[in-house]
Amino acid sequence: MTSDVQALQTWIDAAYLITGVCFILGLRYLSTPKTARMGNRIAAAGMLLALVATALILDWSLWWIVAIGVVVGAVVGTYSARAVKMTAMPQMVALFNGAGGGAAALVSTAEIRQLLGSGGPLPADQALTIMLSSIIGSISFAGSIVAFLKLQEWMTGRPITYPGQQVVNGLILLVALGGAIVIVGNLAPSVVPLDPETVYFVGLAAALVLGVLFVLPIGGADMPVVISLLNSFTGLAAAMTGFVLGNNVLIISGALVGASGTLLTVLMGRAMNRSITNVLFGAFGSVKVAEGGAAAGSSGGDVRSASVDDVATMLAYAHQVVIVPGYGMAVAQAQHSVRDLAANLEKRGVEVKYAIHPVAGRMPGHMNVLLAEANVPYPQLYDMDDINPEFPRTDVALVIGANDVTNPAARNVPSSPIYGMPILDVDKAHNVVVLKRSMKPGFAGIDNPLYEEPNTVMLFGDAKKSVDDLTAAVKTL
Amino acid sequence: MSGHVLAELTVFVLSIFVGLEVISKVPTTLHTPLMSATNAIHGIVLVGALLVAGVADPKLGVAFSIVAVFLASLNVFGGFVVTERMLQMFKPRATPPVTQDGARKP
Repeated sequence: MTSDVQALQTWIDAAYLITGVCFILGLRYLSTPKTARMGNRIAAAGMLLALVATALILDWSLWWIVAIGVVVGAVVGTYSARAVKMTAMPQMVALFNGAGGGAAALVSTAEIRQLLGSGGPLPADQALTIMLSSIIGSISFAGSIVAFLKLQEWMTGRPITYPGQQVVNGLILLVALGGAIVIVGNLAPSVVPLDPETVYFVGLAAALVLGVLFVLPIGGADMPVVISLLNSFTGLAAAMTGFVLGNNVLIISGALVGASGTLLTVLMGRAMNRSITNVLFGAFGSVKVAEGGAAAGSSGGDVRSASVDDVATMLAYAHQVVIVPGYGMAVAQAQHSVRDLAANLEKRGVEVKYAIHPVAGRMPGHMNVLLAEANVPYPQLYDMDDINPEFPRTDVALVIGANDVTNPAARNVPSSPIYGMPILDVDKAHNVVVLKRSMKPGFAGIDNPLYEEPNTVMLFGDAKKSVDDLTAAVKTL
Repeated sequence: MSGHVLAELTVFVLSIFVGLEVISKVPTTLHTPLMSATNAIHGIVLVGALLVAGVADPKLGVAFSIVAVFLASLNVFGGFVVTERMLQMFKPRATPPVTQDGARKP
């Protein structure tokens, strides 16, 4: 009998190995748009294999726990993933990410309760990975929920700051780490007069609070960094859960995701020329940057606003138009209208390109997905480094709901908070048209001197309506 | 540190390097689907949730187990479906536009 169980376990471990390979190949296939769908399916097949293999060794006496959890999770997950609008994608990803983190923390919770219940001291290595999985998973869970609320605009996207914020966060982190040390060092109840389970739950609660507090001061524009980081956290939490259960497939998958999330986090930080510490603790974009505004306002430039017909004429008779989309396009859900406008311009022989800043929008590659949804062919989308040399020979740069990523102050005003951030050089185009709701500054809270340049005109109003009006006007020309 | 922990640590560290290697080749255009796919992959924690569901003790344990399995399944199913939806849209050439609001009728 035991040898049967062992033989089965060997087969299951072999299946887990195949799952790991599927995940690696799946990610490998994600490196070109042509094979990307195949990649996702290979990864999903790997997941299915791991789940079926696991089902073979489950203790089915509590089958209804599995049934309720899987069925409800599958139905809710599939339904919401299919129903969600493309513009709401970042918050959806944040929510699924939080779910994974929460699950990792709960698995470790179940494990430590069982170990404590069976009496005897916890082995230190097991206690350590349990604590890491619980703490990282809880931070990811709570942080993702706050990120979701911010992206869904159920709470303000602006940084929420208060005096002593860093100190409070530091103290809570100390509580979580203290709890971990007590558990790993087996100090309760011998040194600390508390039940170990109580200590564990205090640490867990501290980690949850920390997750909330660490995302609160981060502004909407920095969300691409935060989402990548939380993704990496959940990956690490899953890997730690793998250590807890002695399960290789969890370790491999968690490590892959941890690596991916970390890499994206670094890339996003680099695209803004800011360190990760600055993103996390800088409360960037809180409304305190009055100096920047004063400096730009006193440059004496005038903001010129143009009519739809003026802009339509400018676009229709251009050789090359570069469209610069930003979060404003996502908010106005203008991506389909933008594509229609581009199609009409192309019909007239205008060359249309799209300039994508790495941190435009609220998650890495956000604009690419939205434009793909609107059927814009991906070869028309250009990265910052490829499109910047094109601006001097571009007739019209059409900025749709992008602000800080086009701010020339990043290049030439050393006192500006965004100084040094690589930007799209739209101001070098012959003409710049900025579609904007009002003169309100972007998320960084800084005025944009671009709007006062002599070659810039503003077209105020809702982005979708403005673009639709432009398309109608272009058609009549 | 016992032998099996070192073996697991080896797998962990090498997987991180494989991850960095594979993911550094993904272009900016696909960063959102990449994040979404890796998001689905960490749903593998469902395997862990299933394994501990069987050992749930009658009191708090059952509630924890159900919630853990639920959250992990949400992560797996939602993650892969949303990634598939994103990737469906990446086409090399323009085709007639889809629905205006982008939401698919479920």
